Amino acid sequence: MFHPTHFAAVLLFALCASTVFGITMRDTPRNMVRYGAYCFVLFIGSAIVLSWVMFLIAR
Amino acid sequence: MATTPTKPATGKQGQQGFVYLPLIAGWLVPGAGHFLLGKWMRGTLLAVAIIAMFVMGLAMQGKLYTSAQDILGLLGVAGDLGGGILYFISRAAGWGGQPVQTTVADYGTKFIVVAGLLNIIAAVDAHNLRTGRKS
Repeated sequence: MFHPTHFAAVLLFALCASTVFGITMRDTPRNMVRYGAYCFVLFIGSAIVLSWVMFLIAR
Repeated sequence: MATTPTKPATGKQGQQGFVYLPLIAGWLVPGAGHFLLGKWMRGTLLAVAIIAMFVMGLAMQGKLYTSAQDILGLLGVAGDLGGGILYFISRAAGWGGQPVQTTVADYGTKFIVVAGLLNIIAAVDAHNLRTGRKS
């Protein structure tokens, strides 16, 4: 059985989803890479921000 | 100055045959729609991303939705069905965790559903390439 940490799961999810988003939402390879990287950063960044928000709410 | 009109990516030959074939093939086998259109690199990356996500979901003991008891179950079945042959093979083999959930298994269930939804996006992209909406 595969037991990633929450953050590792976020990384893996973001990597796979960003790959598909990049390829399907843009036309040229350069734009695909840029959009994929943009989505990846947004996935990770939003997860970190929301985690801090929930941490501060819970205190 | 005249600009050259954008040609469909599949060219003249691509306009022949069943226009929904890449859509159906892409749904059944991740990446197959792009392979049919000669987009080998895109197809490979899509297949690797989608299959990896589905397999990781199963490895995390994620649940495969088999029947719709409520609206959320129905959405889960719809998402899982997007995985095409991955879903049918997994159902036939009895893979997937039990409804009893751990946190990681819950992640796995979401991985499987999202892999199916991403596969649908990829199949629609193959259809758009086939019809010339995208290059």
